[in-house]
Amino acid sequence: MNARFEYLLRLGDDALILGQQLGLWTGHGPVLEEDIALTNIGLDQIGQARAWLTLAGKAEGTGRDEDKLAYFRTPSQFRNALLCERPNGHFGDTIARQFLFDAYAVSLHAALSGSHDPEIAAIARKSAKESAYHLRHSRAWMVRLGDGTEESQAKVQQSLDALLPYAGDLFHSDAVTQQAISEGWGADPATFRAAWDSAVSEMCTEARLIRPEPAPEQVGGREGRHTERLSFLLAEMQVLPRTYPDAQW
Amino acid sequence: MRSADDWLALLQTVPDPEIPVLNVVEMGIVRGVESTDAAVKVRITPTYMGCPAMDAIADDIQAKLGPLAAQENKKLGVDLVYAPAWTTDWLTEEAKAKLEAYGIAPPGKTTDKRALSGDAPLVRCPKCKSTATELVSLFGSTACKAHYRCNDCAEPFDHFKCI
Repeated sequence: MNARFEYLLRLGDDALILGQQLGLWTGHGPVLEEDIALTNIGLDQIGQARAWLTLAGKAEGTGRDEDKLAYFRTPSQFRNALLCERPNGHFGDTIARQFLFDAYAVSLHAALSGSHDPEIAAIARKSAKESAYHLRHSRAWMVRLGDGTEESQAKVQQSLDALLPYAGDLFHSDAVTQQAISEGWGADPATFRAAWDSAVSEMCTEARLIRPEPAPEQVGGREGRHTERLSFLLAEMQVLPRTYPDAQW
Repeated sequence: MRSADDWLALLQTVPDPEIPVLNVVEMGIVRGVESTDAAVKVRITPTYMGCPAMDAIADDIQAKLGPLAAQENKKLGVDLVYAPAWTTDWLTEEAKAKLEAYGIAPPGKTTDKRALSGDAPLVRCPKCKSTATELVSLFGSTACKAHYRCNDCAEPFDHFKCI
């Protein structure tokens, strides 16, 4: 097993799938400013995905670049966390998904900024600025919706209840993460679970939301076991390059 | 034969495609130029990871400097680097003044502690210079800008995000 390739795919696929989903909000945001905000965040995610997948391709060493990895893998070859492939749903669903991910990404990028690998550290330091900004936005919306009207509070509470079990995948620890830590180039997500837990609880208090009771966690994304949704998402994302494999645009 | 400084001077004639009032050197996008007997290498860094202007910037540099390099029998290479991460602190005071004159409120210093605590730093309206302004959205017309409004003259304007 090429642990470095696997690890970088996880980083790249989380950003790619989330970025693709945020892109689906183009023209559908509840207000113009949010349309722009969600797609701007999506753009940052796609930018991060490009950098991670380029590095993954180099680690694999068979000549696959970012496009080959993004467009020519099947769902079971994707390594994104299940949270990232949860459907956009309504605005509250998207914001809750984004908040849970951003709170994780902030810790992840901080940890990876200390990677012994200069290329990984460089991408992480750059991404850290973006994830902090994204968190500021998604957290502010969680508070606004939670501490908003009865309807917005009820809706975003449901979003949080439904999404929280899928966040478990983000903190998955296995032989790949173990090798990443022992060799000093990666981070063990288990080490920042406590910080993420506090971030979620603090947000809940401020947003007057009830932190859901711990439920059985949904895991499998890191091993390529995905929900049905990913297939549809990839079908739409990949159709053009798969139909015209050498197309240039 | 041109020196690295000569090439840098030429890069100052390449405008940023989204904010044409600044050139790519003033934006802090150009991180270095090397000139050897065989090649000219320009290193550029993105403002944001997903900045869609990066390809256009690389193409613009290639279009402007490529033929000149070819005259010296050199290849022009444009390489993308991520470290050190781009910061608005690289914008000079002169560049910030140009931004304001263009209608974009320039960023403050990242050492401003209010940026860390999440308190909104004072943003001055580029039109009437009032600081009675408010944030409309953290995200604006491009990845590097946020959207503000002036409460005195009612001008809606972009503010360069401070990162």
